[in-house]
Amino acid sequence: MDFLQQTINGLGLGAIYALIALGYTMVYGVLRFINFAHSDVLMLGAFTAFYIAPKIEKMFGNQSVLGCIMVFVIAAALCACIGMTIERLAYRPLRNRPKLTVLITAIGVSLLIEYTAQNEKVIGASPQPFPQLLPEHAFQIGQKLIISSNDILTVAVTIVLLVAMWFIVQKTRVGTAMRAVSYNQQAALLMGVPVNRIISFTFGLGSALAAIAGILYSIRAPGIEPLMGVQPGLRAFVAAVLGGIGNLPGAVLGGVLLGLLETFAGGIPGLSNYRDAIAFAILILILLFKPAGLLGRSTVEKV
Amino acid sequence: MQFPGAKRWLLIGIALAILASYFAPQFNPYYLGVVIDVGIAIILATSLNLINGHTGQFSLGHAGFMAVGGYFSAWVSLNIGETATAFWYFPLSLIAGGLVAAVVGLLVGIPSLRLRGDYLAIVTLGFGEIIRVVAQNTEAVGAASGLKGIPELTNLGWTFGFAAITIYAISALVNSTYGRAFIAVHDDEIAAESNGVDTTRTKVTAFVTGAFFAGIAGGLYAHHKQFLSPTGFDWVKSIDIVVIVILGGMGRTVGVIAAAILLTLMPEVLRDFSEYRMIIYSLLIILLMLLRPAGLFSLIPTRRKSS
Repeated sequence: MDFLQQTINGLGLGAIYALIALGYTMVYGVLRFINFAHSDVLMLGAFTAFYIAPKIEKMFGNQSVLGCIMVFVIAAALCACIGMTIERLAYRPLRNRPKLTVLITAIGVSLLIEYTAQNEKVIGASPQPFPQLLPEHAFQIGQKLIISSNDILTVAVTIVLLVAMWFIVQKTRVGTAMRAVSYNQQAALLMGVPVNRIISFTFGLGSALAAIAGILYSIRAPGIEPLMGVQPGLRAFVAAVLGGIGNLPGAVLGGVLLGLLETFAGGIPGLSNYRDAIAFAILILILLFKPAGLLGRSTVEKV
Repeated sequence: MQFPGAKRWLLIGIALAILASYFAPQFNPYYLGVVIDVGIAIILATSLNLINGHTGQFSLGHAGFMAVGGYFSAWVSLNIGETATAFWYFPLSLIAGGLVAAVVGLLVGIPSLRLRGDYLAIVTLGFGEIIRVVAQNTEAVGAASGLKGIPELTNLGWTFGFAAITIYAISALVNSTYGRAFIAVHDDEIAAESNGVDTTRTKVTAFVTGAFFAGIAGGLYAHHKQFLSPTGFDWVKSIDIVVIVILGGMGRTVGVIAAAILLTLMPEVLRDFSEYRMIIYSLLIILLMLLRPAGLFSLIPTRRKSS
């Protein structure tokens, strides 16, 4: 039973990692660089929810389903705008520069958001309790197995979003354009794909997913603070690499696997202190043995 | 960057440092401490410059190597007993710390340096975190409460002596025939490889050399502050060193040294604004990358081919 319980907890965590990993992987797909600021967009999403939740509650009633949906939608929309702004201001001017330059800028953007938010005059570094969006239930199955309504919410939201993502990327016009840009940016441009707009859209989509993941993460976390995004962000990145970066199903697979592994490792007494290190140990192992990831294809660099 | 009469400068630098350390007791201890901080920052920045600047590999785990060297030499100093007071002991323990850091650098470098820039950044970042977590859970080095009571052995002479050696060794390495490979890897990895440069080996060499000197800097730091705590080596420390290298201009030895001096003195002068320090640093990174990618002190804009 303990094994099943851990599996359920791990699935909830893994679903969140999967959502964040999707953002990393999509941006990597179109721009071939790691958006370090992604984990901070997640944090901003959580704080947006933190600030608007009391106001929404007044309008829609305490812990109502509609209010909860509104919180998710507003946070996602706002973070989509933030993501697009970051892309426009910091990354677009560097589009044709060496990759290292873009990478360093991304780290700079990430640090800027983190430390501005940590300033006492902006948000402050101390953790704050996250408001309860929906009433929490715990369902007991059998003797020991407990499923929290939050886990169900997390997994349900993730599945809905994954289906939506699959639909956007595979079935819509803009999704086709996204795939074209990720396949060959130059050729896409020549075929009349508005590359800048598509990249902007990708950032918006990824950031919206990060915001939702941020809220889901905060519901489970004891408190939220400006550096809350760093750890899940890094793990989600590892998840994206594990599944094969640039590969959408891979990101989901990687996220779920990593969530499960981490939860199981946390349950083993000797290993629990090293939880933070596990994700990186996995990362180093994958890069050693299968650099392209589980579902990725290895590519040959052309000159 | 050519150093005219580099060996002469090296000797003069070491002689001055040793001379200065004889007069050290007469200086204000606070200023003396800051000057030693500057020396340690120079070693860290110059060694990171070899990896991030000359070779063009982006490492975010330099504080991790510093921690390895620092913890090792401090642990030796605390356990060796009487011998620690001998004159020859300290440089040997520093070099031992550097060698351990270099071995760790080799272990991290071989798997990760086969990768491109962004992966490497994350792996080195992760490595730094692993080191921190391991230090936090190892009783022998004080676990989370840190390592206390390290003898104060660092002085001006050792700090600037090692700083001079670091600068000399790294400039000599980069300017040697062998060192051309670093620049080649930086400029264009594919072209370098097709011209017979073993790129992985070159990158690992740069990484291990950088780690060695970072380990020495860690040892100096440990015997200067007399206290080590795992949180002192988190990734903010790595970012501090990265900012120095970016500000000075990646691959520009003199610029990086100037930036190391500037950025170590600035927080001391601007103590009242310490809460804004990291905000300013991050803005600096973004603005420099957008406007002056070759560093603050570059007069001629250099264009390097994108990889």
